[in-house]
Amino acid sequence: MSSEHTPDGSPFAPHTPSETAAMLDVLGVDSEEDLFDIPEAVRFDGSFDIPARSERDTRRHLETVLSRNEDVVEFLGRGHYDHYVPSLVDAISHRSEFLTSYTQYQPEVAQGFLQALFEYQSMLVELTGLDVANCSMYDAATALGEAATLATRVRSVSGAVVLVPELLHEGRRGTLENYVDGSDLRVESYPMDDGNVDVDALRERMDEDVAMVYAENPTLAGTIEERLADLGDLTDDHDALFCLGTDIVALALLQEPASVGADVVVGEAASLGVGYADGMGMGLFACDESFLRQVPGRLVGASEDSAGMRAYTLTLQTREQHIRRERATSNICTNQAWVALRTAIHAASLGPEGLVDLADDCVTAAAALAERVDDISGMRAPVYDRHHFREFVAHTDQPAAAVASDLADEGFAVHVVGEHRIQLCTTERNDTQRDALVEALEDVA
Amino acid sequence: MKYEQARWTDDSEELYEPLLSEKHTREVEVDSDLPDHLTRDSVELPDLSEPELARHYTRLSQMNYGVETGPFPLGSCTMKYNPKFTDDVAGHPKAATHPDRPASTRQGTLELRYHLQDVLGRIGGMDAVTLQPPAGAAGEFTGILVAKAYHQSRGDERSEVVVPDSAHGTNFATAAMAGYDVVTLPGAEDGRVDVEALEAAVSEDTAALMLTNPNTLGLFERDIEAIADLVHDAGGLLYYDGANLNALLGRARPGDMGFDIMHYNVHKTFATPHGGGGPGAGPVGVTDELAAFLPDPHVRETNGGFEEYAPEHSIGKVHGYGGNWLVLVRAYAYIARLGDVGLSDASAKAVLNANYLASQIDYDIPFGPFHHEFVASADEDAADVAKRMLDYGVHPPTTKWPEAVSEALMTEPTEVENRRSLDQLATAFDAVANEDVDTIERAPENTAARRIDQVSAARSPRLSWQALDADEQ
Ligand SMILES: Cc1ncc(COP(=O)(O)O)c(C=O)c1O
Repeated sequence: MSSEHTPDGSPFAPHTPSETAAMLDVLGVDSEEDLFDIPEAVRFDGSFDIPARSERDTRRHLETVLSRNEDVVEFLGRGHYDHYVPSLVDAISHRSEFLTSYTQYQPEVAQGFLQALFEYQSMLVELTGLDVANCSMYDAATALGEAATLATRVRSVSGAVVLVPELLHEGRRGTLENYVDGSDLRVESYPMDDGNVDVDALRERMDEDVAMVYAENPTLAGTIEERLADLGDLTDDHDALFCLGTDIVALALLQEPASVGADVVVGEAASLGVGYADGMGMGLFACDESFLRQVPGRLVGASEDSAGMRAYTLTLQTREQHIRRERATSNICTNQAWVALRTAIHAASLGPEGLVDLADDCVTAAAALAERVDDISGMRAPVYDRHHFREFVAHTDQPAAAVASDLADEGFAVHVVGEHRIQLCTTERNDTQRDALVEALEDVA
Repeated sequence: MKYEQARWTDDSEELYEPLLSEKHTREVEVDSDLPDHLTRDSVELPDLSEPELARHYTRLSQMNYGVETGPFPLGSCTMKYNPKFTDDVAGHPKAATHPDRPASTRQGTLELRYHLQDVLGRIGGMDAVTLQPPAGAAGEFTGILVAKAYHQSRGDERSEVVVPDSAHGTNFATAAMAGYDVVTLPGAEDGRVDVEALEAAVSEDTAALMLTNPNTLGLFERDIEAIADLVHDAGGLLYYDGANLNALLGRARPGDMGFDIMHYNVHKTFATPHGGGGPGAGPVGVTDELAAFLPDPHVRETNGGFEEYAPEHSIGKVHGYGGNWLVLVRAYAYIARLGDVGLSDASAKAVLNANYLASQIDYDIPFGPFHHEFVASADEDAADVAKRMLDYGVHPPTTKWPEAVSEALMTEPTEVENRRSLDQLATAFDAVANEDVDTIERAPENTAARRIDQVSAARSPRLSWQALDADEQ
């Protein structure tokens, strides 16, 4: 069956009619239908009303639908970022040995993927300064949820409250609330001071009932935290976990999480390797070695094979659902391994210098754009008097929704984050459009 | 069939392909406009050129086995061929957008999401479908939270979820994560749900029964109507684990069997790549009565367009955004290509292949009639048998699960193998069965690595190149 023809069966089931007949013959039945043991009462005799299509027509159909997405220059972030992904990442990650394999239940034939994941874990260990990184969670939000449930299993921690910043992405807060729904934990927020953690207010809020404090660096508003070490001390004093949210690019530049006392690091790792994908991401998860047996998700470890050579394998699997069932550290099974592969290739192709430079550009570009926006009459930026990473909040004298809508007419997308506040995110992916954005803002603000 | 996996070996003869860190790393001082106390001091990472990296990863890929390498009858995982054109649609530049753009500028994405919600609903016999859960287990979690919210909305506090003993580990873990006590249901002699045991297990405490159908032994739960009645009469809900939907396409629908909630496992049934462990997607379908509880946002049609909204009693979020979008695009592409005839044929051939393969091997298969997968019983340790099968160039079945079969080899060839390839698979099964214990315990020999020591990996965990370095010192 060629890809130009509309199939009359599955184009990916290779049986010729005579082959099917011969196989049925071996089984002594007349048709495949005889192999189904489905009681009459629950048989489905209807149709889905989904037409079959040729490959060409299918692509045309999808491309027609997708083309209804307008060409917009996006200055968007708030947890989902776009960086240039080198061609090497696509070429290598699409090699079918990687793309079409699965969880490495048979490590002897899966050394390649295991090693790539081991290398990914190692890069995260370097960047976070923590001892252990798993080989992926679904995204930053679910990684945060997993960190909170980890807090309930760590013996050195007691308490029932997870404290999170007032300024937290609604997807992360919402997912966290659901992850703790089945435990005794509850989520409460602490206030911010000029975009960053209000450390004094947090200190007053701390008590024995706090199990975990979560902070982000950079914050949702793109500000860079200045007193993280104080948070490390505060949580230590109260036997609470300190969970720091970040993203893999920021890790290359900002304070090393271990150096400020973070016990767990979660966040977004697909900002390398994927870019914008309607919110699809990959959760990074790293933690102190003392929590090793409580880590959610898969871990790749080094061992030896019977020839005495170093070899890799999934390890400490007694934490996981397929062995521990209802006492597992998490229900995660299928994860984001292929995204981790892409992230690792992207990070490796940047190298240490490229990665640090990319992160540094996130600081300088945000500052430069904020300065230009600040010069626009009717605008003030950044709203928070902090250093910024990739993005910042700007004040608009006009209602922000109107400004954003006028910008949309000019082909730009920005976040509306308050009645008179927009948020702008810039990377090397929209750098050639910064002048045009500033011009458009001058017109509409 | 003969097989030798590529095996790159380092000069040291102590390792295969060296780690990136063993090739070349560099420590870079961090120097930035930021005040020093806000930055780290340095970063040490691999520092290699593109040609070196291309070779590194190509070698790694050669030491990895995928569906395109050879047969992959890993039971319960539905390792189908992943059609190439779905790479292109997922890679379409118009698919790569930020979810916070104005809805008017992302109508293509919303329309595609809407179509996928719709076709999945038709395939499963469900009234409303969310695409947000990023894998099967996440779908289970979403579904159980929906059940919980539904009961709570009626002022009905329930504390238990019933799970058959033969179920996948995620079912138990999910129920516990959602705060339920797990009631494990022993199986009947015939490998199916023991209806009497179920009757004893369900009560006014039962929030839901989680069921896979056909179950993990490949058997259709013939008593499904009675099971549904039992659970519903007790006020509980029926949850369908969609891992095995590839057995039923076009022949039976969970919604028609009385299930209230189900997840679809698109990396199984709808042929999206397994990616070495993920990403997948686990959309969840529900009946009308439960639609208002689905995650936020959901997509609906408006006059002349599509919009996102929060269902009235939404459970909120199970993912930071809308799930694994690029996987969902592929799943929709697959469904749109196959249509009714293709989907139905996929199941027909999947079931034909499992039955044919089973008929060609010399193993005891205690339970039947099975559908898309069967569970054979090995005379030796199933894990050893699996290792030896690797030498024949086939990926072995899932081993030692479900436990109802001793030394289980859970085998799911899927529809993508032809007769010749099934015959080769059968040859591998039988060859191993006839080999002496020594050969089996020495296996594998033709793979990149030889048998790997799991015990020492877990006893002294070394989970990074830093840990390896520390170990050497
Ligand atoms: C029967 C069954 N249920 C649930 C799952 C969990 O699905 P996922 O791995 O996509 O989370 C699996 C997958 O392996 C399965 O086989």
